[in-house]
Amino acid sequence: MSVFTGQLGRELRLAARSRSDVLNPLVFLLLAITLFALALDGKPEVLREHAAGILWVLVLLTNMLALDGMFRRDFDDGSLEQLLLAVDAVPFAMLAKLLVQWLVTGLIIVLLSPLLGMVLNLPAAVLGTLALVLLAGTPAVSFIGAIGAALTTGARRGGALLALLVLPLLIPVLIFGVSAINRALADEPPRAELYWLGALSVTSLMLSPFATQAGLKIALEQ
Amino acid sequence: MGILKTLWHRLGSPRWFFHMMAPWQTWLGGLALLLLLTGSFWGLVYAPQDYQQSHSFRIIYVHVPTVIVAQSVYMALGVSGFVLLVWRMKLADVALKAMVPFGMAMTALGLFTGAVWGRPTWGTWWEWTDARLISTLILLFLYFGLYALRESIASAEAAGRACAVLAIVGLVNIPIIKYSVEWWTTLHQGETLSMTGIKMPAEMYIPLLINILGMYCLFGYVVIARMRNEILRRERETNWVAAWLRGDGRTGMESMSEH
Amino acid sequence: MSFKSIPAGLLLRAAPITCVRERRTIVALDELALAAGDLVELRGANGSGKTTLLRALAGLFPCEGAVDRSAKLAFVGHRNGNSGLLTALENLRWHQSLSGEPEDTGQALDALDRVGLLRSANKPVHHLSQGQQRRLALARLVLCDARVWLLDEPHAALDAAGQMLMDELLVAHAGEGGAALVSSHAPLGIATRVIDLSTAAVSGVAA
Repeated sequence: MSVFTGQLGRELRLAARSRSDVLNPLVFLLLAITLFALALDGKPEVLREHAAGILWVLVLLTNMLALDGMFRRDFDDGSLEQLLLAVDAVPFAMLAKLLVQWLVTGLIIVLLSPLLGMVLNLPAAVLGTLALVLLAGTPAVSFIGAIGAALTTGARRGGALLALLVLPLLIPVLIFGVSAINRALADEPPRAELYWLGALSVTSLMLSPFATQAGLKIALEQ
Repeated sequence: MGILKTLWHRLGSPRWFFHMMAPWQTWLGGLALLLLLTGSFWGLVYAPQDYQQSHSFRIIYVHVPTVIVAQSVYMALGVSGFVLLVWRMKLADVALKAMVPFGMAMTALGLFTGAVWGRPTWGTWWEWTDARLISTLILLFLYFGLYALRESIASAEAAGRACAVLAIVGLVNIPIIKYSVEWWTTLHQGETLSMTGIKMPAEMYIPLLINILGMYCLFGYVVIARMRNEILRRERETNWVAAWLRGDGRTGMESMSEH
Repeated sequence: MSFKSIPAGLLLRAAPITCVRERRTIVALDELALAAGDLVELRGANGSGKTTLLRALAGLFPCEGAVDRSAKLAFVGHRNGNSGLLTALENLRWHQSLSGEPEDTGQALDALDRVGLLRSANKPVHHLSQGQQRRLALARLVLCDARVWLLDEPHAALDAAGQMLMDELLVAHAGEGGAALVSSHAPLGIATRVIDLSTAAVSGVAA
């Protein structure tokens, strides 16, 4: 457990000390939503109709930006090899890393979601569900995305490759997430979708530390 | 058990595989040609036409086998990836590398034939209501990912293992992706015509089965051929490759069994 | 990597070990064993596989052959393994938590004192000089109770005093029953044995 808390403290400190790395993807999210609003002529009914899709696609892309550097700094300064040397500690340390990755992207997006919803003209009654849906779905995005981030850490190019590897795997999150919001817009409770998103998040939390560890080990062999 | 164990150890030797698989490659190639010709000729010329879709349904004789094999190739990738990661068997990496382009090609062919079928059936080349086609499209992206990952990692060994991890993660995800896509298409119920909805009498589905079998043989042939080429490339500096190139393949095998 | 029973007195044994990169054998050693008190110098021209061997022994690079270990291991590679955004002290405490020890600021400060970094304890590492950053990596060795040290060019970037400190640490470590495998460009005067990878021969210097 001390491994987990030690790693958690370290990651939170690092996030606090590299604020622009945390903020830039989020500003990208706001900017991209603005672009959509302008491109769709700012028509309230058009925005509302497409809000769910716009939001989820942009959430996925924002996460791709945030995930890209997830392990690179640790890789460059050698912390990563020290981490992987402590074989027994790695899954717990990975768990802490994954959680912080979600805290600094997914959770912040959840907190921002009422604002995002209003910009996209979602009715106030739906905003609560919107936050809930993002809360259930964004962990899976971070956790599955981390596997891709680990695999591309040692690769010649990150960015586009990471998105190419990870986005197809995130299609179920997109489908259930969009459907949940649309269901809420039609005044139905999106129960099935929320169950699915939650199940995806929990499952990926259990599997991702090991896949991420394997990916990072390979990155260090190069 | 003893035989299995010997086989397992032998599989660790690319050289053994290279020589052992030479006749298999020939036989599977011939069988693939025979089956695909028979099935296609039967299906495209002699099989009765569908009462709803007339002749346009006949593309299933190409489409269905390619899509089925494309999915099987991904399963095989996942299994090879597992073998590579757990037992570090070099041959699994060779298989992984050999199968990706073939799977990608089959997936692309499946998409193309699906679109060709969609044109007379729906009036458009692409319709976002067919779960099978959308899943195939996503499968194509998964293949692209595997290909791109291998290309972007400089060290061949590391690239192989990275692809193995990705293939396993993809394999775990595929059922979820398929389910979510099917679920999505039922939300957007549109066409009632689908390729899988055709009721087929025996004279329609027997050629289909023949073609599926033929496609699996083609899979075996192409992968074995590509694997043998890759083995030659990887072992090009060894004595046995030099001996084989001199046309001395038999001696290579004999000295091998003395080990 | 396993903690299997290896001959008594040995801390690490690899026999025989082969590392392959891009289908080329980089290192092939028949036998390598570290016993308590061993300070083994790893010598060899550039590209002779010193780094690969050290990484393979640490478990960071795949190799064929068994590597058995009966004690905890510490590794200092080309990269120091400390995050530039954290202070020296924070880095050390993270290393403590990784090795499963309780975070103990007193011990960490002692270790920093030992390598002459006490006054920089609360400075972010990227404000430290290259040599100071290397000293911080050495502080990790002092702090963690690993009996096997695998050090890849530990003298790099260190000034004369730092290199002397490194040698002192090694001698003290051997005296306490530890062992070290050290790669270096310059001959390591205190070595009890030399392994030359250029010839792959093991020559015993009076143990």
